[in-house]
Amino acid sequence: MIAKLKSNYGSGLEPLTYAGQNYMVVDRSLIPEILKILRNEEQFDYCVDITALHHPQREKQFDVVWVLYSFARNERIRVKTQIADGASVASSVSIWAGANWLEREVFDMFGIKFDGHPDMKRILLPDGWKGHPLRKDYGILQQDNEWVQINLGIESGQ
Amino acid sequence: MTDPNTTLSHLDLAELATHEKPFLDANELVINMGPQHPATHGVLRVILRLDGEKVLGLECVIGYLHRGVEKIGEHRTYTMFNPYVDRMDYVAAVSNGLGYCETVEKLLNVEAPPRAQHVRVILTELNRIASHQLWLGTHALDIGAITPLFYTFRDREEILKIYEKYCGARLTTHAFRIGGLQYETYTGFEKEVKKFLNFFRPKIDEYEELLTTNRIWVERTKNVGAISAEDCIALGVTGPVLRASGVKWDLRKAQPYANYKNFDFDIPIGENGDTYDRYLVRMAEMRQSVRIIEQAVDALPEGPIMAKVPKVMKPPAGEVYHSIEAPKGELGYFIVSDGSTQPYRVRVRPPSFVNLQALDLMCRGELVADVIAVIGTLDIVLGEVDR
Repeated sequence: MIAKLKSNYGSGLEPLTYAGQNYMVVDRSLIPEILKILRNEEQFDYCVDITALHHPQREKQFDVVWVLYSFARNERIRVKTQIADGASVASSVSIWAGANWLEREVFDMFGIKFDGHPDMKRILLPDGWKGHPLRKDYGILQQDNEWVQINLGIESGQ
Repeated sequence: MTDPNTTLSHLDLAELATHEKPFLDANELVINMGPQHPATHGVLRVILRLDGEKVLGLECVIGYLHRGVEKIGEHRTYTMFNPYVDRMDYVAAVSNGLGYCETVEKLLNVEAPPRAQHVRVILTELNRIASHQLWLGTHALDIGAITPLFYTFRDREEILKIYEKYCGARLTTHAFRIGGLQYETYTGFEKEVKKFLNFFRPKIDEYEELLTTNRIWVERTKNVGAISAEDCIALGVTGPVLRASGVKWDLRKAQPYANYKNFDFDIPIGENGDTYDRYLVRMAEMRQSVRIIEQAVDALPEGPIMAKVPKVMKPPAGEVYHSIEAPKGELGYFIVSDGSTQPYRVRVRPPSFVNLQALDLMCRGELVADVIAVIGTLDIVLGEVDR
């Protein structure tokens, strides 16, 4: 399967393995397409997880990661793509309905927007919160003091 | 959809009587349930759109218990983060610890010795029973059956006593360490676990006697909150909810971890995917857990309980996704190491969070009182939803 994808997409897709687990790094422009092929042709019918990683020293700061599973093949695969700060990535809610909250969480925690998501808003933090906590430049003790003072009526949550 | 601007004279009154379609906005009632509501099992807020008693749709508002567990993970060493994971799904803390320890072991490329694996299976399966007991008690209480709560909490106590004797804690146990176990089992551990199994086996019958053929229970759960296998898979729903819809999939069998491949057990499944089937599946799962524990105790090997792991853990740079079958579903950890003593990123794939997404679909067309039943049958723990 991976060989076939590789021959179709060439340099846009790089298959890798670590600790016996397969994953592939694909170009951002291929994103909805590769996921659709994996879902429809390769039977990866279960989207386990969507998450992201922040590498502030890199030019394209974020990795977005999809963890997929196929019931028919009993196999897992991860798809990874690199995007720059402020860039968005195509939503996969139309491919797996369960991607909805997972994408919202990535947006909440990293500030990465998903194009075509039906309801792109925060999920765990309150709507008016400033900042995205899982970015590396967001300190562990940092918080939105203004929000805390206005909404909770206390000086600080610390 | 009826155009809200349509005047009443244009509406077919017979169609309105069937309640198939919402008519006029004025008839749609939006009510708020929670976040402080005893039946939401924590701080879950549900915004319901109603047409009379019928649910047209709902939206969950979550995050009230958000503590930033993933962020904390990036600022602690691998060993220091271990107790934090217990505080996500606090009724199945041992399962959380197992998933975390195994993921880091994969990164370090070590394997826990056989004795440790056996003890891990025993404690994790005991935890599955405890988690299902808590679910049963509270779920039945929500629906109006008070007695099962007392029975399940009485029996769950015996499991917590075993935990307390083993590691000193009852709920957030921190029972496992990366590479194996910290403590050897106490004297008489096997005997006490076996005593518990013999005590517990007839108790499952007792629970079933109270509920399985109880007219009120059946009426309140049969055909309530049904979800098809296709919808479960599309939404990523796992665990007993998926199995009750007829999908025979359990990570303990599909991709065995720890040493589950050595034990003989069945995967109970349901047919209709309704609340009643999910109840039956979880009851059957408790019986299967008893079977697994029995085999594990009988075959408990002698030997070391800790693999050779460095005092200061620095896994080589890389990333690993590993998941286990927690009582609620697939609990996954995605840990990225940059070669330092702290994880670069710890991502937890929480089963409750993903399963809760199905609430909207499962409640559509049901009555308000059934929302309570469906929240209970999803078996969510808000500590894990919000992390």
